Amino acid sequence: MEYIIIIISAIFVNNIVLAQFLGICPFVGVSNKISTSIGMGGAVLFVITLSTIVTWLIQTYVLNALGLHFLQTIAFIVVIASLVQMVEIILKKVSPALYSALGVFLPLISTNCAVLGVAILTIQKEYTLIEGVVFSSSTALGFGLALVIFAGIREHLDLMEVPKGMRGVPIALVTAGILALAFMGFTGIV
Amino acid sequence: MAAKRESTFVNMLSTLLVITLVAAFTLGSVYNLTKEPIALAKQKKLEEAIRMVLPEFERLEAIKIKSDREEDSLQFFVAYQADTVIGVAINTFSNKGFSGEVRIMVSFAPDGTIYNTSVLDHKETPGLGDKMQKNKSDWSNQFNGMNPVSYRLKVVKDGGDVDAITAATISSRAFTDAVQHAYDTFLTYQKEN
Amino acid sequence: MNQIQNLTKGFIKENPVLAQLLGLCPTLGVTTSAFNGLGMGLATTFVLVSSNLVVSLVKNFIPDKVRIPSFIVIIASFVTVVELVMQGFVPALFDQLGLFIPLIVVNCIVLGRAEAFASKNTVASSVIDGLGMGLGFSMALTILGALREILGSGALFGFKFIPGEMILVFVLAPGAFIGLGYLIALTRKLNK
Repeated sequence: MEYIIIIISAIFVNNIVLAQFLGICPFVGVSNKISTSIGMGGAVLFVITLSTIVTWLIQTYVLNALGLHFLQTIAFIVVIASLVQMVEIILKKVSPALYSALGVFLPLISTNCAVLGVAILTIQKEYTLIEGVVFSSSTALGFGLALVIFAGIREHLDLMEVPKGMRGVPIALVTAGILALAFMGFTGIV
Repeated sequence: MAAKRESTFVNMLSTLLVITLVAAFTLGSVYNLTKEPIALAKQKKLEEAIRMVLPEFERLEAIKIKSDREEDSLQFFVAYQADTVIGVAINTFSNKGFSGEVRIMVSFAPDGTIYNTSVLDHKETPGLGDKMQKNKSDWSNQFNGMNPVSYRLKVVKDGGDVDAITAATISSRAFTDAVQHAYDTFLTYQKEN
Repeated sequence: MNQIQNLTKGFIKENPVLAQLLGLCPTLGVTTSAFNGLGMGLATTFVLVSSNLVVSLVKNFIPDKVRIPSFIVIIASFVTVVELVMQGFVPALFDQLGLFIPLIVVNCIVLGRAEAFASKNTVASSVIDGLGMGLGFSMALTILGALREILGSGALFGFKFIPGEMILVFVLAPGAFIGLGYLIALTRKLNK
């Protein structure tokens, strides 16, 4: 039951993009086409889940154990940045098919604040490792969902007549605002 | 301009090593410098909340009482005026908030009547859930002077007596739940004393 | 390019948020009030100036291939300094900004300026560039924060001057997106 609440709240109620404002850059940047946004969503799911596991272990067994919690930010970002690099290298060797699908998005991810944000949130919310995995993967699913919906809307938006100054990012942000309004409707369900 | 250093393995390794060492050393010293102010700031916040929720007291006793619903215990601050207990402030929390934990200080008179409340920490939505703070709205004053024996600590929607903040039922529920949490633990404490 | 231009380019013409569209996460996340926007802006300015300073000082000692990881470590150290100092001396503001303080590390503006400017320019220019970009960032955040605070709660910097309920949605998530959308459109008009 607890897991179901975490899942629903992470995907819909506290959607990482539309309610928590994390990962906006890729949200605005790579949401022109549904196909690219699915690829990005997949890559983020993979990296967020993996990095949450690693950072949780580091927090629990290194930082907390040694009383070095103030090094959290620096330790996490270094771990995440190296992790992304490693995933990229390993993926290239082991599964070229998966690499060609997700690979191009990987370099973009290390500066995606959603990854560091979720890692820190997992620690702040004092989740166990399993809860952390459930939380991070469903948060990433929420990211993918928002991205795909948004890309779908933007594909249609291209065909519309938009006032000149509003074209591109401004109209995309206003659209995101309306989407966020729609997601607020989920508020009551948990 | 001097030429850049070559990207040989030794150069890369030594650069990263030096940078991380310098970073670790700097942060260690900054941490030591700010350790005290941070602890003081936290202490001050707690003391202010205690003073706010309790009537004038002569002596304060801090104890820990095991909560019946959580593994942890809650912090109790018992206020004395010439050896009689005049009130108990409890540092309590609920995990049912809209975005995480809601931590409040709530005080009870010796007969169990709620004396006052003060929000310590929350991450609720600004403009909605944050109305539980005294400086944003007087919503939380409705608890003052109520005795949970007859006053049902649940929002009206769940069949209780607490009027929820407009459009922030979840935050109101969490606040109310934290009060209930404190009250339950307060009853355990009274039984023991 | 003279130094005055170097300083002011970040205000409107190359404003990191409104023209370059960098650092949108903190822009949207913390601007529920003008004060929060300003606080976040100044914290980021400090990190920008210090990291630009250090990066331009050590740029010749860092081999090209470990450039980015070195910059990240430098930036993360300054962010932690800000984190600790704010926690100790302005705990109320620290509570408000919460998660977004450690996230200054991944703010594309900071790494972007280190990589694009400080690693190629003199110490003085880099510091001025960091200051200009930081002030531009602070300006954007303060304006958006003020806009949302006025429309959403009828107040500015905490002083309520329009009584009664306002358009609540501007304090909430949708208002952030919509407000920023129009601000960017306005900047484009100004830059024409």
